[in-house]
Amino acid sequence: MSVSVKRVSQAADALAHLTEISTQIQAAVVLDREGSVQAATVDDERAGRIASSALGLFRQADAQREQQLVQLEAALAGGSVFVVRDEERLIAATTGPGPTAGLVFYDLKSALRSLAAAPAKPKPRRAPAKRAASTRKKKDADA
Amino acid sequence: MRTRKALAVAGAAIGSAAGAVLLRRRAARSRDRIELYFEDGSLVTLAQGAPEAEPLLFHARELLAATR
Repeated sequence: MSVSVKRVSQAADALAHLTEISTQIQAAVVLDREGSVQAATVDDERAGRIASSALGLFRQADAQREQQLVQLEAALAGGSVFVVRDEERLIAATTGPGPTAGLVFYDLKSALRSLAAAPAKPKPRRAPAKRAASTRKKKDADA
Repeated sequence: MRTRKALAVAGAAIGSAAGAVLLRRRAARSRDRIELYFEDGSLVTLAQGAPEAEPLLFHARELLAATR
């Protein structure tokens, strides 16, 4: 399995927070740049279909211009579809008709930022430094 | 009498113009569209009927249907 359990859990937390703060978002899926689902607010089968459509939509839209696409909104009669990307992943979400697009984009970007900011590196260890300092003090005292 | 008639005609003209604008806006809103935001800050809007929009709207409709 290429996606670590920790990352999947972080993505699930980010989505839980997203649906808590945004009343407009009906469903959301976090996927990596290859289309693998990292977290979703819907069941696995739906999440897979959403991820596949979101990736297809984003790739096709990205090919429209030389510039890189960063986000998109499709406003349809039955609701709206949003896809936002960062360096590592995409987040796709759906809303009802006539959402406040700016707010939805803001919430989706915040979710991606929180995922990007989640610690991938281990925390710096302080204990050895303290031990080293105390040893030095002891040595000084001995001298 | 003439002034009244002129005012009535002007009122009817303004009313029908406003109605046309409202109907046009509503029709534009009811059409599916897709807005693409690029890295340089540019925005491209593709409305239903445009050849570039159709494949994108197809994916978007599929995505929305998957959530229902």
